[in-house]
Amino acid sequence: MARRTGDRAGVGLRLAAFGVVAFLYVPLAIIILYAFNTQSALFTFPPPGLTTRWFEVALSDRTLWAALRLSVTVAAIATLIALVIGSLLAAAVYRTRFFGREAISFLVLLPIALPGIVTGIALRSSFAIAGVPFSTWTLAVAHATFCIVIVYNNVVARFRRMSPNLTEASADLGATGWQTFRHVVLPNLATALLAGGILAFALSFDEIVVTTFTAGNQRTLPIWIFERLFRPRQRPVTNVAAILVIVMTFVPVLIAQLLTREERQAGP
Amino acid sequence: MQVTARRRGPAARISAVFHQHPWSKLTLLLLPGLLWLGVIYLGSLVSMLVYGFWSLEEFTGLIARDFTLGTYGKLLEPAHRDIIIRTFVMAAAVSAACAVLAFPLAYYMARYATSRMKTVLYLVVIMPLWSSYLVRALAWRQILTNEGIMNWGLERLGLEGVVRAILQTPIIGGPSVIQSYLALFIAFVYLWLPFMILPVEAALERVPRSYLEASSDLGARPWLTFRRIVLPLAKPGLIAGSIFTFSLTLGDFILPSIFGQSQLFLGQEVFLQVGVIGNTPLAAAFTFVAMIIMVGYLLVSRRTGAFETL
Repeated sequence: MARRTGDRAGVGLRLAAFGVVAFLYVPLAIIILYAFNTQSALFTFPPPGLTTRWFEVALSDRTLWAALRLSVTVAAIATLIALVIGSLLAAAVYRTRFFGREAISFLVLLPIALPGIVTGIALRSSFAIAGVPFSTWTLAVAHATFCIVIVYNNVVARFRRMSPNLTEASADLGATGWQTFRHVVLPNLATALLAGGILAFALSFDEIVVTTFTAGNQRTLPIWIFERLFRPRQRPVTNVAAILVIVMTFVPVLIAQLLTREERQAGP
Repeated sequence: MQVTARRRGPAARISAVFHQHPWSKLTLLLLPGLLWLGVIYLGSLVSMLVYGFWSLEEFTGLIARDFTLGTYGKLLEPAHRDIIIRTFVMAAAVSAACAVLAFPLAYYMARYATSRMKTVLYLVVIMPLWSSYLVRALAWRQILTNEGIMNWGLERLGLEGVVRAILQTPIIGGPSVIQSYLALFIAFVYLWLPFMILPVEAALERVPRSYLEASSDLGARPWLTFRRIVLPLAKPGLIAGSIFTFSLTLGDFILPSIFGQSQLFLGQEVFLQVGVIGNTPLAAAFTFVAMIIMVGYLLVSRRTGAFETL
């Protein structure tokens, strides 16, 4: 449905479309506003006064920093695992037609298509049966499981756009498989890998459902925020942590989206 | 064979083996992923199923690892059955509302937006998805709380009575706005809406313009064209989107907890059984129901070609 000049949407449609956009963004503005609220237990609107003191309280809270550190560690390990497994699978599925190709795409999608409690409880059950104690690693394994699909999708899309002539030409010119990979395939995949990695990191950084069931008594940043919600005092500190999360993910994700813009536009 | 003579390093020998045996290469590419997803993940799903056949000994509080159908049987108790039905209905209602709300924006993006505008709108839709889930859930608690912005706005408009009337309505009402099903419903719709907009937009993008023109040339009113042409072609997108909206609602325990919902939802019950009561077998049985619902839904939707718009 390409646009044609002189073709304009009706007022009703435009209002509805931009109403939805407003619906998506007003709540985020509310979160930011209340981080500056002078009240410590209520969310009165309009706020009786504004202050930046919650930022100082939050930044001097050691448990917040510890939670942030755990979240970053888990997300980094999970992203690395997802990058390796996701791109290998993408290469296998893209290059060769074999029995079970469809099944692999389905299997990769399953951990995010099934409800979070399924993945969480399933992994928790097998950790319990295998006698594995909860640690950073149980979290990283759980997160990697649902991050694989993000890398996989990005890399498959890039492979589809890449001309097969490139690798053939490289082979004809006498390059070894490794040289072709190193000098032809990898440079073409680089931005897709970077984007996939950023998105996988963001997904892991933000996840809470699977995390709850595989963390034991460890606290990632989302769990830290969640636990604080049930404390009636210093409520705006939670909003400050929320802003921290938004700031940490917004710019990298925006970059990832811009890096993969062409795949979306090349679509049918 | 001068070329082979030049390739003598180990890398060259390996790539020669790969070249002669393409299957060896495929196996190596597939192996880590199959081990991870096939063994760790599918294996975990099986251990969850197994856990459901075990039970919690009431007196000792220990898990008896003896086969029983009793734990799955407990799902049929009225209180447990209600949890499953309540969650299922909420997931269906949320998916339907997301579909309705997604359509105008998706349609505008696919049909009227310039390519620059389309990129901007795409980013506008996708960014909330990647900005913290918890943050966005939290926002609704702060909006809907008694002294919050919603009541402030309604008071200015003189509409407090409407809220009171809604709260007194059975089913959707409750003791306060936050604790009502309606509030939970609104927040769920808000959280998952982008998951619906994107696939619907992708599906609408593929509707040939000429179909719409042909339909209108043949005298169809806009509404008829929408119902007979646009909607059927958008179906794969709607199904793909609903996979996410449905699945995410089924498995969520955070939002009902944040809203202090006392009528439990499936995810909350699972959380409670695992975290507080320590009855992992019952939690596994509940989770298994959620899994069966979703696997069934996925298998049906795969036939409609919905996966291509994911």
